[in-house]
Amino acid sequence: MGKQDVLKRVEEIVDSYGCRREALIAIMQDIQNEYKYLSTEALELVANKLGVGVAKVYSVATFYENFSLEAKGKYIVKVCCGTACHVRKSQPIYDGLREYLGLTGKQKTSSDAMFTLETVACLGACGLSPVMTVNDEVHPKMTPESAIELLEELRAKEGANHAEA
Amino acid sequence: MPKRKLTRERLNAMRLEAKTLLAANTREVLVCAGTGCIAGGSLNIYDAVKKLCEDKGLKTRVSLKQEDNGGNALHFKKTGCHGFCEMGPLLQIEPDGILYTHVKVEDAEEIVERTIMKGEVIDRLLYTLDGKSYAKDSEIPFYKLQKRLVLENCGYTDAEDLTEYIARDGYVAFEKALFEMTDEGICKEILDSGLRGRGGAGFPMGRKWDSVRKQPKGKKYVVCNGDEGDPGAFMDRSIMEGNPHSIIEGMLIAALAAGSDEGYIYVRAEYPLAVDRLRTAIDKAEKLGLLGDNIMGTGFSFHLHINRGAGAFVCGEGSALTASIEGKRGMPRVKPPRTVEHGLWGQPTVLNNVETYANVPLIIRKGSEWFRSIGTEKSSGTKAFALTGNVVNTGLIEVPMGTTLREIIFDIGGGIKDGKKFKAVQIGGPAGGCLTEEHLDMPLDFDSLKSVGAIIGSGGLVVMDEDTCMVETARFFMSFTQNESCGKCVPCREGTKRMLEILTRIVNNEGTMDDLALLESLSATISEASLCGLGQAACNPVISTLKYFRDEYLAHVVDKHCPHCNGRKVQLVIDPSLCRGCGKCRKNCPMEAISGEIRQPHTIDTEKCIKCGACWSNCPFGAIREE
Repeated sequence: MGKQDVLKRVEEIVDSYGCRREALIAIMQDIQNEYKYLSTEALELVANKLGVGVAKVYSVATFYENFSLEAKGKYIVKVCCGTACHVRKSQPIYDGLREYLGLTGKQKTSSDAMFTLETVACLGACGLSPVMTVNDEVHPKMTPESAIELLEELRAKEGANHAEA
Repeated sequence: MPKRKLTRERLNAMRLEAKTLLAANTREVLVCAGTGCIAGGSLNIYDAVKKLCEDKGLKTRVSLKQEDNGGNALHFKKTGCHGFCEMGPLLQIEPDGILYTHVKVEDAEEIVERTIMKGEVIDRLLYTLDGKSYAKDSEIPFYKLQKRLVLENCGYTDAEDLTEYIARDGYVAFEKALFEMTDEGICKEILDSGLRGRGGAGFPMGRKWDSVRKQPKGKKYVVCNGDEGDPGAFMDRSIMEGNPHSIIEGMLIAALAAGSDEGYIYVRAEYPLAVDRLRTAIDKAEKLGLLGDNIMGTGFSFHLHINRGAGAFVCGEGSALTASIEGKRGMPRVKPPRTVEHGLWGQPTVLNNVETYANVPLIIRKGSEWFRSIGTEKSSGTKAFALTGNVVNTGLIEVPMGTTLREIIFDIGGGIKDGKKFKAVQIGGPAGGCLTEEHLDMPLDFDSLKSVGAIIGSGGLVVMDEDTCMVETARFFMSFTQNESCGKCVPCREGTKRMLEILTRIVNNEGTMDDLALLESLSATISEASLCGLGQAACNPVISTLKYFRDEYLAHVVDKHCPHCNGRKVQLVIDPSLCRGCGKCRKNCPMEAISGEIRQPHTIDTEKCIKCGACWSNCPFGAIREE
């Protein structure tokens, strides 16, 4: 999808909220829902259409954990690090996946742009802890091994799709 | 077809019809469709069982409507959370009350053939405890000891079916408030009931509502805080998913009391299912005429919106939440003025959490007297708790206020996982404190918890067993709070950072005794000087672990070795080929753990040995080594 198409869609989203300034968060949520992140151009357009400064839009976008200003992988993997998951050993799952994906430093997305690894403060599925989500689908009672297995399956599936195409 | 305007008579007629339909319901198949069971595949089970029934020619239906196959059909329901998440996915057959646990798609055939068609019970799917299997949910200790009022409908009703909510006396309270009570009367009834806010501080609801009512006439708002951010808490999520109309009804009553015509529900973004269910519920209530303009011809109007959070824990704080609804950074402001005077868009605002609103219809319908008869004198009613961590039955429970921790953890919760020993329970999330063995028999209510430095908070109970390091736990909570600090005020922004640094140092066995003193004085400053509740309560876990588990801090600081984090110290053994039997180690051992004849190789009794190393440093032959 070209940049112009994206901006046209962004414009539609802002219009659907009647260009109301108080809808800023909802607007950015909708944009991110479609494109998985907020590009500089998109934020500038939103600011322009709402008649507020870009700095104001940027300040809100960076305040909330859920907004990302960077492009993300095809699969967004979130490991829950809430209390219940923590006491049932979720940290080794996160560490294991980081190592498996070869992520270093502040890097969150694998170099093949397939996976983005994040943590989430609590999914409220504590009865199934430790949990992780892949594109919002909840996977219960994970271990480092089963988590890596899941990612390998997805990778194999992608590889197969790729070969077919 | 033009929509008929809803009137009181029509609502009553509808209710009567719905009740008749419900009473005629001969059999129901309930599949739990809470977040937990869905993750376990419950929706596939629902589809499989329903399809099999249809294939076998059984009449089925999915809602309480006459045209839907009539009363003698099998009624399939996707219900809200049953609470027994550990045992999910759950499938229940009513009216027999048969509860199947850990159901798989492969079990569908057997369930249809044996249970649904022949009425037999499949033993292997029943819940078993200590060798006894339980056919009915009401007999299982986990449920038997609870008192489910707010959660009553969760697990039994279809959350998306407004007709069923109405059949179960839904909107009766709203109707009563709308036609028979004054705004002052509603506030008084709530005040008399003793209902206190279920979100944390436990402020009396009636007083809050009355303050908004007494504000000058004009625009007022009713806001529901569904930004349940405490890690380890999910009762509000379950209510939003399982009984969304109870929240709407509670908010309608609050709007009547306060004189408001517009409301917002602020839901955590991590709860997509709750957002969906609430949206459906609002749509249906609007279509029927329970929300909107001139409700039932009374002139009372109420419009309700949903706002999704965007992942900021601090938005659970009142002024931060309203800022976020306004589309701003969710940062708290200095108070006073309070939200009741200066809330959303600067207007007087009633702000309560989900569970609080869900209690309101019950109080109005059954009366304040009834509500007061439950719980303790100063904390009336029930409280929902999310029971998680190292406990056998994780899940969602509801008990009268004043129930003891022992009853919750051992009787309902089934004790500690893997037969380990209970160590502590963290109550109230990162803002709460820990309770230990000595508090097991203390009644849980607002005031007694406060007296020991903990809070009910939103109601998360995270159970920790003997293998948990409390210093590491305190560090975990501090890292959460530090990450969620909004950065507006210095004590919280800088203070939590320093606290986290010190705690990390201690966990890594690099701390000093001065660090402990520093933790204490910093805690006092941050609690005193922070702007909002997040900062003021940030140090509670540190203060309470320092108080009850100081020895664990000392293990990290003085011994530089924590048995929980660093594992047991290695065993000390005497190499018999090097030992000359001089006896020096035996004489130096403070535990009298070493025995042996003179000039014969000695041995160490590992049971008695404390690995102090006195033998090792005194052995002239280097015969003692670690293994």
